[in-house]
Parts: sequence; structure tokens; C-alpha cells
Amino acid sequence: MRYLPHTADEIAAMLEVIGKNSLDELFSTVPEDCRYQGNLNLPEPISEWELNELMSGLSATMGVSPEYKVFIGAGSYEHFIPESVSFLLTRSEFVTSYTPYQPELSQGTLQAMYEYQTLTARLLGMEVANASLYDGASALAEALLMAIRTTRKNRVALSSLIHPLYRRVVQTYLGPTGYDLIELPRLENGTTDLSLLEDLDNLAAVAVQSPNFYGCIEDLEAVGERAHAKDALFIASFTEPLAYGLLKNPGSQGADIVCGEGQSLGIPQSFGGPGLGMFASRMKYVRGMPGRLVGQTTDLNGKRGFVLTLATREQHIRREKATSNICTNNSLCALAAAMYMASLGGRGMRELALLNHDKSEYLKEELRKAGFTISFETPTFNEFVVECPTDFHRTYEHLLAKKIVAGLSLEPYYPELAHHYLLCATETKSKEDMDALVREVIS
Amino acid sequence: MKEVNELQLPDHVRYTEDHEWARVEGEKTKAGINDYAQDQLGDIVYVELPQAGDSFDKGQQFGTVESVKAVAELYMPVGGTILAVNSALEKSPELVNKDPYGDGWMIEVQPSDAAEFEALMIKDVYLETLKGQA
Amino acid sequence: MKESLGTTGLILNEPLLWEKGRRGRSGFSQPRRDVDSRPLDKGLTLDELDLPDLSEVDIVRHYTRLSQWNFGVDTGMYPLGSCTMKYNPKINEKQARVPGFAAAHPLLPPVVSQGALKLMHALERFLAEITGMDAVSLQPAAGAQGELTGMLLIHAFHKSKGMRRSKIIVPDTAHGTNPSSAALCGYSPVPVRSNEQGMLSAEAVAGVMDEDTAGIMVTNPNTLGLFEENIREIAEIVHAKGGLVYGDGANMNAVMGIADMGRAGVDVLHLNLHKTFSTPHGGGGPGSGPVCVKTKLEPYLPVPRVTEEKGRYILSEDFPESIGKVHAFYGNFGVMVKAYSYIRSMGAENLKRASQLAVLNANYMKEMLKGTFHLAYDRPCMHECVFSDKFQHPYKILTLDMAKRLMDYGFHPPTVYFPLVVDGAIMIEPTETESKEDLDLFVEACKAIANEAQQDPERLRQAPQKCKVRRLDETAAARHPCLAG
Repeated sequence: MRYLPHTADEIAAMLEVIGKNSLDELFSTVPEDCRYQGNLNLPEPISEWELNELMSGLSATMGVSPEYKVFIGAGSYEHFIPESVSFLLTRSEFVTSYTPYQPELSQGTLQAMYEYQTLTARLLGMEVANASLYDGASALAEALLMAIRTTRKNRVALSSLIHPLYRRVVQTYLGPTGYDLIELPRLENGTTDLSLLEDLDNLAAVAVQSPNFYGCIEDLEAVGERAHAKDALFIASFTEPLAYGLLKNPGSQGADIVCGEGQSLGIPQSFGGPGLGMFASRMKYVRGMPGRLVGQTTDLNGKRGFVLTLATREQHIRREKATSNICTNNSLCALAAAMYMASLGGRGMRELALLNHDKSEYLKEELRKAGFTISFETPTFNEFVVECPTDFHRTYEHLLAKKIVAGLSLEPYYPELAHHYLLCATETKSKEDMDALVREVIS
Repeated sequence: MKEVNELQLPDHVRYTEDHEWARVEGEKTKAGINDYAQDQLGDIVYVELPQAGDSFDKGQQFGTVESVKAVAELYMPVGGTILAVNSALEKSPELVNKDPYGDGWMIEVQPSDAAEFEALMIKDVYLETLKGQA
Repeated sequence: MKESLGTTGLILNEPLLWEKGRRGRSGFSQPRRDVDSRPLDKGLTLDELDLPDLSEVDIVRHYTRLSQWNFGVDTGMYPLGSCTMKYNPKINEKQARVPGFAAAHPLLPPVVSQGALKLMHALERFLAEITGMDAVSLQPAAGAQGELTGMLLIHAFHKSKGMRRSKIIVPDTAHGTNPSSAALCGYSPVPVRSNEQGMLSAEAVAGVMDEDTAGIMVTNPNTLGLFEENIREIAEIVHAKGGLVYGDGANMNAVMGIADMGRAGVDVLHLNLHKTFSTPHGGGGPGSGPVCVKTKLEPYLPVPRVTEEKGRYILSEDFPESIGKVHAFYGNFGVMVKAYSYIRSMGAENLKRASQLAVLNANYMKEMLKGTFHLAYDRPCMHECVFSDKFQHPYKILTLDMAKRLMDYGFHPPTVYFPLVVDGAIMIEPTETESKEDLDLFVEACKAIANEAQQDPERLRQAPQKCKVRRLDETAAARHPCLAG
């Protein structure tokens, strides 16, 4: 097998040095009653060429571009990824290296992560960002736990318009802790109703997503004011960071912690993972922040270099008192995001974000003209909710047969919004694609 | 790291088994970590201290001290209320390394029970415990 | 001695992204605009985004140069104990990039995601088979998240029996993620010491196990590279008082096809796909940490679960006792594709062989180095062995100095200062993908360094000297953190 270099002679020579007669004898310390009985029941090994064919067959069943036109966002966004970024991500010094615990031979990863932290902080308008967490959902859970630790209070308020699957992850993470989770309902216009905050005491944090799950842009400044009036930390979350190429960032609106999903930034959708948990906060809370941090320093010769720092927050030192149990970050994904942001630049990102906005506005307008009601009047970024006829699921199936995935039904997530659909149009959807969708829907 | 006989262990303070020192200054008791502790920890990067007004019993944890690769808990040598903390340590945690008994002091306490100080080890007794440890 | 593997060569300096570029440059091909501009409230938009403007050439040079400052498994031997830095097959990378997988939206209707669901279903079965367990969840995005999931499963199990246990037993050799994952779940870790042979004893566990203890977290083989020989007896003691056994499967590479974790008494186990199953470490991630459980814990697994009926696959939420979700979607599918490809390429016999050769390599390393470095436990080891710097104490040379000097010789240092039970620990895990000649080169380098420790210790204290940077001031980095530019 091409990954196992040992020859029979080498094995014999090595066994002699060790003083054993066979490979089996190396396992004398494994008791009989712990042994695997018989052989592993796995398929026969296949060659590289058979593997290609097998995977080709499996992947051919998937509904992806260019064959399919998929109009879903909801936490996973189709964006063009520059070939230069994909190419650079195959450099094996990035791919096959480990966490940069030995900084002298990991300066590539360390400088790249320092750059990622900086670009993330700038994008989100915050003072410091970490080197990434697993995904937007766990990042939100970590943000809430951080707020609870920092304020020493046990209650948090979360908007019901935060991604429903994120809220479920939060429930799982906070389940055994006994902390109090309050849900903030929505207003008619598709944004968060903050009035419940009036009567809440002992609040550690208020968390709101923008653009929210309906695609609507929340008034983050107002949320910040209300949260701070209650001595709570303001956590702003997001699923579509491209929005911040155009919209006012959470930092400029008073956010204390910002967390969300960075998949849009040069990372393939990959059936939901790996993604990128982006996480940033004010500098004064940095010692309570979870995840890895890269810092700048100098070496013995006074040359600039980078190291992992403030490691005493982390599990390998603090163990049960750590800020989190997290060990890996999503380094390669963070690298992709940095490369992507660097490729776009400030002006480029704004232009692309504007295009996203205008594409989805076009689709919105064409659907309006076709007689559909847009469910919420609040401005949106690149996704929005449409009210459809009660039998729309039939149309949906019909469109699917024509290789058009007409958005996401909200019914499983918001039963009161049955036959409302969440549609997304990014820069990847041409005018023709959108016209085809509308045409098929009408017919 | 220093040998036991290289350590600076002044006579004008008393010692705890957790390598803290304490001395009485009029109505107040001052405390910090001793030369052995700072030497073992290495370069100190951060000290987490309580606030004035907080109260702790003898032996309770009142803060932490961090080096690059380690964290150590800080325990009250005597019980009482915190009167002041050394705010200079926020910008200059290295004071603990350079001058652990002077500029590197950590807390000033209003002791609740004077007898607790008397129960602390004098230098010779503490030195014996260190040698026994070695 | 032959020429050293580590040499010097020209690499280039490269500034930070915002220290280069020019206003107006771009590295992105803006898509054609085929719709009109739509108005957007000025109050919602920001004035200017402060990201550097770079050309495509700027970016390609930047990251090419940065990559050249790194050392990867593809560069040379990377014997990090407990990390299993084995070779990352390139064909597996290709499979993850196949458009049908890479471009797939997680919320596609099941009828157009059959390939992905089938792959996940099959991978679950493979992992259950390899570990000797009954059911699997691929959802946890990393080992530590797998541990948290394991803790949540144990917590849910006890809760369903109307019990509220507050403690969990954690050996002194445990990886830091163990107690921190337990604490996240509200458990207080109860430490238990390993014996002189470096293993857990049944008596020690019996001494702390009670009805308020949820269970025990055991890494097997443990972080000293030793098989926990008393595991079955320990499992019985824990089970007798109603507790569960959590297995940290980070070291699974030593025992595939050889040990059966289910038979050993483990109730829930996590695996690291980025260790045992050859998916790349990526400079720190992404990984994947599936959990494998015995039937009694199956009802609590995270949802949705992939279920199959007459050859059709769906994602089912129909598990009312599930702990919920730890990941927004289904876990790191892109990593699962690589692990699946690995298992299909290796097959049963080669997986077992991989474990045998991993153990062969570690034992060979142990024999070859035991005169050079102090061997912490002179017993047969599994896939890793632990030394210390005791022999070098007379020269005032530490593990750290030797690790830094190894870089000059062209090797990534082993894991140092872990596990904590060995002072100045040096943990070497060669993995099965290292050839005998690479192991021999490594041994030679170690011997040369031990010699230098005696003859020329200052050389070690000044190491590394051939890398892009010399030793870095970590104290200053922690005292005055500079975390963004």
C-alpha cells in the first residue's frame, strides 16, 4: 500500500532491534478480553482510479451548480471563489502542518492568522478577533458563555430571528448549565421585538443576528442601547459576513462581542462544513475570550515574528478552568477567508456586496410583479421571505424537477409562517436564472 | 531556576506553604508571592487581583498569577477584607519577578484575626519545608 | 555523520497584507452586472471598509512566501506525540473538492443530496465497526467538541434515569480538553493518579468511584503511549455504581483491528478524523470528532441522523431524547469525505497493518533512543513513547533546548512538556507513514544533539538558528498583547 513504506526486510530488522519475533508480539500488553475478534468487516480496498469513479458517482446525485440553480441561503451561501484562493490553499506547507506551537517553523501559519484576526476585526468593527472557532453556531454559544463568565450573571436574551439551528446549538451547549435563556419575539416588520428587555433583570447578554434569518437588517444601534441600559453585553451575530462589505458593522453600533459564520468568505459550502466561526470582542474582554490568539512579538535578533499568546486562557494550561474546551481552530478555513478578503479588498468587497443586494432586490421585484407578497417590509441584504400560495409545495416539486431549488420553506422553523419561503440571490444568480425561476413559478 | 540556597527569603516577612509572604504594617497586612514562587513561574505576564472591599477567609483563593505557560492560584495568607491592590502590576507584572517583597506586593488586607498571622512560618521554618521538598 | 537534513536556503521576507498593495488594486474578478442598482438607505451603509487593496500577483506571492516559512508533514517527519501526523493522501483532497460535494448546500431536499447522505451513512458504519461500538454521530466538528458531546450524552443518560451526578473521574495523564469538556457540562473532575507503570489501577479508580460520579474519562492507549491494561476491570467498577465509561479515542491509530473498545467496556468514544484517519491538520484545523456509542446511549445522539429505507437516505429528527445539536448542520462533511476515501482506499487489512507499523515504529524509536534520552517508562509502548530531559540535567539543558535544536536538523520537534506527569516530557509518535531511513535519520539527529548538550550546550540554548526567526519573546507577547495590526 503506497502509504505504508515498510518492506519485509525492514520490518525484520526493526523487530530484531526491538527483540520481538513478529508484529503480533508488539501487542502483548493488549489483554485477550479487549481484543478485536476476527477481522474488521469493511469493504475491500479500492485503487485510486476506482475511488475517483466511486466518488464521481456519488457526487453526481447532488443538486449543485451549474446544473441546478439553488436559491437557498439560510446560513450557507453560494459565492464565487477565486481560483487563486483555491490554488493557494493547496500549498501543503499550509495544509499538512500542525497548530503553530513551535513558532520558529510555523511563521507562515502565524502571520497568516494574525492577518486573518486583523481583517476580521476591521470587517466587524471590533478591537480584537481570535483565530477562529468551529462555526457560527458554536461561536454564538461561546459568546453567550463568555458574557456569562464576564458579567457573572446567569440570564441571556436571544432574538427568535437568530438562525433556528444556531439557537438549537445554544440550547444544547447551555442545557446542563442551568442558565436562563429568554427568547425575544419578532415584530410585524421582520425584526426583533426588544420590549421584553424592559422587565428583565440580571441580564448577562442580549444577542441579535443581522442580517437576521429572514434576511432583514436589524437596528443594531437600538439593540446596543437597550442592552447597555440593562448592564448586559451586546452580542451581534451573523451568518452572511459579506453584508459587512456594505452595511454598518456591529462594532460601530455598540457591539461588545461579534460572532458568526464566515463560510461566505472563500470557503466552499461543502454540505454544511467545515465552516468558520468568526469571533471578535472589545479588547477589555480579551482575557475571557475562547479560542486561539496570535500576537506579534520580536525574536532574539529583534526581528518581527508571531506567536500563539495568552495561552493561559486555554484548555491545555487552565484545564477545567479554561475559557472553553476548544483545541483546534478552523485554521485552513480562516486562511481561506483572509485570502478571499485580501483578494476583494475594501472597494471590491463593497462592489460585490452591492451586486448581491441588487440581485436579490431584482428577484424581489419580479416576484412582486408576478403577484407575490414580500412578507417583511424591512430592508434586506441578499435574502428575503416571500409569502406563497398554500399549495406552493407542489410548485416547489415541479421546479425541483426542472433543476431549480426555489428557496427554503420556513414551516419547519416557524410554524406560523407556513407557506412562506426564504429565497436567496447572490452574485452567482444571473438575470436569466432569476427570470427562469419567476417564469416557472407563474406557469 | 535558583537553588534553594540562592533564594531571597527575608526575615521581616512570614511565609505560607503556598509560597506567599505576609507582613504586618500597622493596622494592615500586606502580602504577595515569594522569591521561590516567582522563580518557579518564570516571567510573570499577568496578575489577576480582587477588588478593594472583597472579603476572603484564610486559605481562600483571591486571584491568579500567570506566566507564559502556567497559571497559579493565589491564596490568602490571613483572612480579611481587601483594602487595596497593587494596580502597578497591571502595566508592569514584571515587578513581581524583580521585587517580590517590595514593588511587587499584591494585596493589602484588613485582617479579621491577628492570630492567623502569628501562625504563619518564619523564614527558617519555611526554608526547612523547601529543603524537604527538594 | 552524513550531511544534516536541515540546511539553509533563500526564503523571502514578506510584509503584512496592509503593509503592501496600492489603493485601487484588486485581486478579484467582479462578476458582470446584469441588474440595475437598487437604492439602499444611506443610514444603513458604511462609508469605507478598511481592507487592503492588492492585485492577484500580490496575493499569490504573499501566501507562497508565507507557506515557505512553514514545516508540514510533506516537508519532513513530524513526530508530535498524540497528534498522529501521518501522511495526508492527496487523492482524498481531490474527492473533497469534487463539485458535487464542495458546492452542495446543506439544506438541499434529500432527493438531491443522496450521494452525501449515503457517504455519511457508510462512514458511520465503518467507524462503528472499527471501534466495536453500535452507533455513531459525525456531527462534532473537532475532537474537543466530540468530548463535549460525549459528556452531554452521559449527562442525558443520567438525567433520563432521574439522576443528577456531579463528578467525573479524570486521570492525571489526561489531555487538557478532558477536564475542560467535563467542566462545560457542569461536572467536577476528580483526579486519579496513574501507578508506577504509568497506567490506571482498578484500586485507584475504586477508591474514588461512587454514586455521585457520572463516570470516567479514559484515553486508551493513554498519553504515555501505554495500553490501559486494567480497562475492563475499571469499566466494571464504574458500571457497578451506575457510571459510564468515556473513551478518548485520540490514540486509536495504535489499535485498529487489534483492540475492540466496545469489548473493553467503553460506552462512548470520540475519534479524531484528522489524526487516525489521515485528514490534514491544516495548520490547526478543521478537524472532525465523531462520537461512537453503545446502544444504551443511541437515543441521545445529536440530530438529525442519517437513516436509510429501501436504499433512500433521509435526515431524521425523530429522536425525542436527543441532546440536540452541537453543529448548525451535520458536522464537517468536507473532512468526512477525506476520511471515507481513506478507509475505502485502505480496507480492513491495511488499517490493521497501519496500526501494527505505527507501533513498530514507536518501539523501534524507543529502543534506539533509550540510551540517549531518559525513558520515562521502560515498558512496551504502543504508537508513541515518552522520554524526559533527565540525562541532560547535569549540563543544564532542558527539553525545550533540544526541541529547538531539532529544527536545525530538519525535523519538527516532538510534543514537549506533555503529559504533565513526566517532568520535561518528550513524546514521540512517528506514525506508520515514516520509513525506517527517516527514523534512523531522526535517531542520528537526536544522538548528535545529546552529544552537543554535553560538548557545546550553548549551541542548543541559541537554537534554532536556521529557521526564519530565532526564539521569540513570548513574555512580551503575553504582557503587552498586540493581536491586530
